[in-house]
Amino acid sequence: MNCPECDAKLKIPDDASVGEIVSCPDCGADFEIASKNGTTYELKHAEKVGEDWGE
Amino acid sequence: MPKVRILFDRVRLEEKMLEEKSIELGHDTKMIDAKTTNISTESKKGDFDFGDVVLERCVSYFRGLHFTACLEFLDIPVFNRLDVANNCGNKMLTSLLLKKHNVPTPKTYFSFSSESAEGVLEKVGYPLVIKPVIGSWGRGVILLKDRDTADAIIEVRELSDGPLDRIYYLQEAIKRPPRDIRAIAVGDQVVAAMYRVSSGGFKTNIALGGEPILCEITKELEDVCMSASKAVGGGILGIDLMEDEKNGLVVHEINNTVEFKGLARVAKKDIPKEMIEFAVRSSSR
Repeated sequence: MNCPECDAKLKIPDDASVGEIVSCPDCGADFEIASKNGTTYELKHAEKVGEDWGE
Repeated sequence: MPKVRILFDRVRLEEKMLEEKSIELGHDTKMIDAKTTNISTESKKGDFDFGDVVLERCVSYFRGLHFTACLEFLDIPVFNRLDVANNCGNKMLTSLLLKKHNVPTPKTYFSFSSESAEGVLEKVGYPLVIKPVIGSWGRGVILLKDRDTADAIIEVRELSDGPLDRIYYLQEAIKRPPRDIRAIAVGDQVVAAMYRVSSGGFKTNIALGGEPILCEITKELEDVCMSASKAVGGGILGIDLMEDEKNGLVVHEINNTVEFKGLARVAKKDIPKEMIEFAVRSSSR
């Protein structure tokens, strides 16, 4: 599928799962896989790193 | 067949490894997205498919903490427990518990206003390390070498004025080799440990470029880690230690949702397997 930001082709591995992040190689935008149905994906903008993120 | 659920908000390699291992072990395994799950005071355990045990693996500390509270409200066993997550997520609470339980830990000073923090710095002297009480990956951890650096950091904190910016956590700068130790404790054992060698600065976090090198699990390391684990309530923990030139191993932080992808490649034990088996074993007691 194509990047919702810049329309570049996104490479999503076959074993990618919901909740994983994919990055656009062209514009650098990060997307989270919101849902997956076979090889059809729904993407949403990934959350920005928060102050409380970590281990 | 035990039902294992892995709570996430962002799937990292660790969460995939846990999911794969749980399936491999024959458990009914599902991933639960914390961002799309709603719980209320009217909710009942049967309204959800939270299984027999949940591994809380959110990258957002507060999201994971609050979700854990909801899971415990529903009587779902969760690792780590709410009290453990709370104890480890806040560095001040961790330091107080470590000291209270006689676990070797650096001297740490707590102030509740900028003026008071300045007083500690003048009295104790430089250098001291300032850390945000909540935060990870080494962010906001700064070596205060002199008055000018301290003044700048305190001024920035006053300008940002977040609720936790008024809590000053100042820790002695331990004289140590340019590395620290990350040990992964699961239940009553240390399953793996590594040195994290600084890439140049005083911080050793892998997230900041620190180099991981496998570390032997000595009896001293095991003993100190088990005391530290007990002090915060036990569970699945990432324990950070320094090799103090004077006092041997000291524990400075404990992580509640430990990252392990680097260590898993070189560790002798199967880290995700140890975690899953511990969670299943503990929840069935």
